[in-house]
Amino acid sequence: MALFIVRRLIQSAFVLLAVSLVVFLAVYAVGDPIELLVSPQASPADRAAMIARLGLDLPLWEQYWHFLVRALHGDLGASFVYGTSTIQLIAQRMPATFELVVIAITLTCVVGVPLGLVAGLYRNKLLGKGILSSSVLGFSLPNFWLGMMLILTFAVWLGWLPASGRADPVSVLGIPLTITTLQGWRHLILPAINLSLANIALVLRMTASGVAEAQSQEYVKFARAKGIRPGRIVMRHILRNILIPVITVIGLEFGQLIAYSTITETVFAWPGMGKLLIDSVYHLDRPVVVAYVMLATLIFVLVNLVVDILYAALDPRVQLVENAA
Amino acid sequence: MQTTSSKTRARTLQPLPDTPRRAGILKQLRSRPTVRGAGLALLALIVLVLAAPWFAPQNPYNLADLNLLDGRLAPFSQSMDGVRYLLGTDDQGRDMLSAILYGLRISLLVGLASVVIATAIGSLVGLLAAYAGGLLDMLLMRLVDFVLGFPSILVALVLLAIMGRGVDKVILAIVLVQWAHYARIMRGRALQERHKEYVEAAANLGYPAWRVMLFHLLPNCLGPVLVFATVQVAHAIVLEATLSFLGVGVPITRPSLGLLIANGFQYLLSGDYWISLFPGLALLALILIINIVGERLRTALDPKK
Amino acid sequence: MTDPWNRLEAAFPSQARQPDAPRQAPLLDVRGLRTAFHTEAGAWPAVDGVDLSVRRGEILGLVGESGSGKSVTGFSLLGLIDPPGEVVEGEIRFDGQDLRALDEEQMRQLRGNRIAMIFQDPLMTLNPVLRIEEQMLEAIQAHAPVARREALRRCVEALEMVGIPAPEKRLRSYPHEFSGGMRQRVAIAIAMLNKPDLIICDEPTTALDVTIQGQILYRMQKICREHGTALIWITHDLGVVAELADRVAVMYAGRIVESGPVAQVLEAPRHPYTRGLLESMPARALPGARLPQIEGMAPSLAARPVGCAFRPRCPSAVTRCAEQAPAPVQEGERGYRCYVPLAPISQNS
Repeated sequence: MALFIVRRLIQSAFVLLAVSLVVFLAVYAVGDPIELLVSPQASPADRAAMIARLGLDLPLWEQYWHFLVRALHGDLGASFVYGTSTIQLIAQRMPATFELVVIAITLTCVVGVPLGLVAGLYRNKLLGKGILSSSVLGFSLPNFWLGMMLILTFAVWLGWLPASGRADPVSVLGIPLTITTLQGWRHLILPAINLSLANIALVLRMTASGVAEAQSQEYVKFARAKGIRPGRIVMRHILRNILIPVITVIGLEFGQLIAYSTITETVFAWPGMGKLLIDSVYHLDRPVVVAYVMLATLIFVLVNLVVDILYAALDPRVQLVENAA
Repeated sequence: MQTTSSKTRARTLQPLPDTPRRAGILKQLRSRPTVRGAGLALLALIVLVLAAPWFAPQNPYNLADLNLLDGRLAPFSQSMDGVRYLLGTDDQGRDMLSAILYGLRISLLVGLASVVIATAIGSLVGLLAAYAGGLLDMLLMRLVDFVLGFPSILVALVLLAIMGRGVDKVILAIVLVQWAHYARIMRGRALQERHKEYVEAAANLGYPAWRVMLFHLLPNCLGPVLVFATVQVAHAIVLEATLSFLGVGVPITRPSLGLLIANGFQYLLSGDYWISLFPGLALLALILIINIVGERLRTALDPKK
Repeated sequence: MTDPWNRLEAAFPSQARQPDAPRQAPLLDVRGLRTAFHTEAGAWPAVDGVDLSVRRGEILGLVGESGSGKSVTGFSLLGLIDPPGEVVEGEIRFDGQDLRALDEEQMRQLRGNRIAMIFQDPLMTLNPVLRIEEQMLEAIQAHAPVARREALRRCVEALEMVGIPAPEKRLRSYPHEFSGGMRQRVAIAIAMLNKPDLIICDEPTTALDVTIQGQILYRMQKICREHGTALIWITHDLGVVAELADRVAVMYAGRIVESGPVAQVLEAPRHPYTRGLLESMPARALPGARLPQIEGMAPSLAARPVGCAFRPRCPSAVTRCAEQAPAPVQEGERGYRCYVPLAPISQNS
């Protein structure tokens, strides 16, 4: 197991390095770093100072080295619009995004898996078929349009929930969160549903097909031959086996969710990382965009690593194969 | 067992069995009522959008045609000069119906173009990787894995942030995030076919590698790729709509449905729902039709049959 | 409202689990079993009128080639035939009770409890993500509210009985950590957990190599003799049957073509198919001589001929064989379905 983790860590490090190289080349080699990283409002003296600081007159590989060093020290440039460190800016917005993503994932598990189980167990009846067909809508409809429809229905026509924004956060263990307040939930619920819909549909379908596959397995027949109660067969034998791919998907979707939160945050004016990205693109605040790319990659890589480890812990066969290879 | 003289045998080379099954697909498609319905709808749609400049009531992007005073009129209302706007107008006085027709053109154009180009590039890369094998295969597949490791929306977003707005740039961005899928599928299939006899035979006949790849291997590996492409058309359209909604997609001068929806968003809260709703419905209809036709095309093309 | 634990008892007369007396009714008595698979073209009977009986503590070998319907017979007995298959006809009397009359919950209480089953490939039949311990405990606790410690003790006991070393530690292992032979022993242990009256074994040694096969056979025989458990051993290997079984039933194309005490049937078969099987056994072949074979192949489910199914391959077939399938003939302990049975060989052979 330890060997497995070490191997994965090394692979993750390589990916991070590769992305940093691509970003670096895109900004410093292909693009014009001065235009990308120096504010258009800077005075010529500031510009010269910046050039010297960034070492733009040095050979490329040295620049890359400095870039890496600076990145590892948490310096990915300063925002044109806000003037503060980009990393700080993004870090400030992270709790809002993570709040949304975590609730969305919870919804995915709590709604997607049981619905999928039902759809799978009753797949030859109307109930199962109905659930499966309506799930197609979940991932084929455009995310932003669904969000707008949610606002239209619940905020404009019914007036039950606020149309946009986030409630005032309360500090929980030093992190500003809104899930502890009722007002926070009233603002959270629509964007969370919007973000999770496509995933619910996906997990639902995966669970349903996993059930279908598991039911035809020999070990289910053997469990029946042992006289095990049907309820237990579903819960212990079938669920355990389908949970593994489902958890993998949910884990991988974490990264996707962070990406899709840009859309949801834009629709609902939710002050998270995604909205920051869109605003920065609009305002041509390029250092923020660059920093976002690096940070997002870091998050994806870390999440994938955790998912891989979880997967290996859940399915004992994986480690055997990995360590033998 | 009969004996044929070696002379006659040498003279007749039997054709190798490598032609894909294309006949009968149209027949299958025509047979089902939902497909017929959706197919007709798609055809009607395509005709409509291609002919939009001729029969749309108004050219919404010709500023001279617009009347600001006609802005934000509800559907079915009449303007002061007696022009009836069937689907209402937006804030600039543009007729929604016309705007939707023009928007459909862009959406369809981007969707189809990006899928066709991505299929072409991805297939070639996958084919090359499978045929060449070894180091090239490994490098190309590492590249594919890398590209596929990131969420497409984010990559497209950042790419367009760098490149700026424009229909061609949107198509390019979508192609860049999509091609890797096709490469992987094509490679998988080509690896299976590569070892079959007709490929060996073609190579032994002295054909250059590129010819073997393109004329012998490729036609038999297209199946799963085309199946995937039919799904992707709708995805590409949605991706473009999303990017335009976020403000990085097509420019205002050539708006797609996504941009129209974005424009109408701000008026949603004040109750002027039609500026976003109708383009949204149009988008949904487009996706639905494409999905249905795509589904049937998929069943017909499925190589597992 | 009857308590579910007692519903099973209610279905069975109180003579359950009493020692067998001679001339008593057999433990399992199957009459006219017919199991068919529904297709668009019709229902094909994989099991076409099978009669079987097994006494308490007796080992019956059910022999046949693949496609003969022997596995389907085994599953039919336990009610484990899933759609598109269906048991369409027949009486399956277990300890006096017709199993086909029981509902699903009553059958569930029977399975793994009074009738157990061992499958062919233990890698597939044990759930790969659950520990052995759990898969054994659930077999006990599905039928009686046994405390965990007591149940664990019984599991260890069962593992020792099948010869698995260090059973307490092995309980915590996963199926893939065992070798094939060991996994099958675990399956046998699971089968024995609730001391069933009957175990149906569906080709349990086919997937194992010959030396392991011998060990498993020896164990099974020992366990069955010690506990008085009846066994139906389904196999294609006459050699195994010769070693293990008390009685044998030979199956061909969905029907039992011959049955009787093992020694008698193998020494002096009445049905030409049985003789063909015997003669084609490698163990019986003379060194250097060609191995005799039965000409032709067994018919597929959809291609069974009218009349006797073996007729196209039978060296002694007559016209009557093509007209109607022969009815079962009973001669004392032996039975066969043939119009032209082989002559009974006299004692000197």
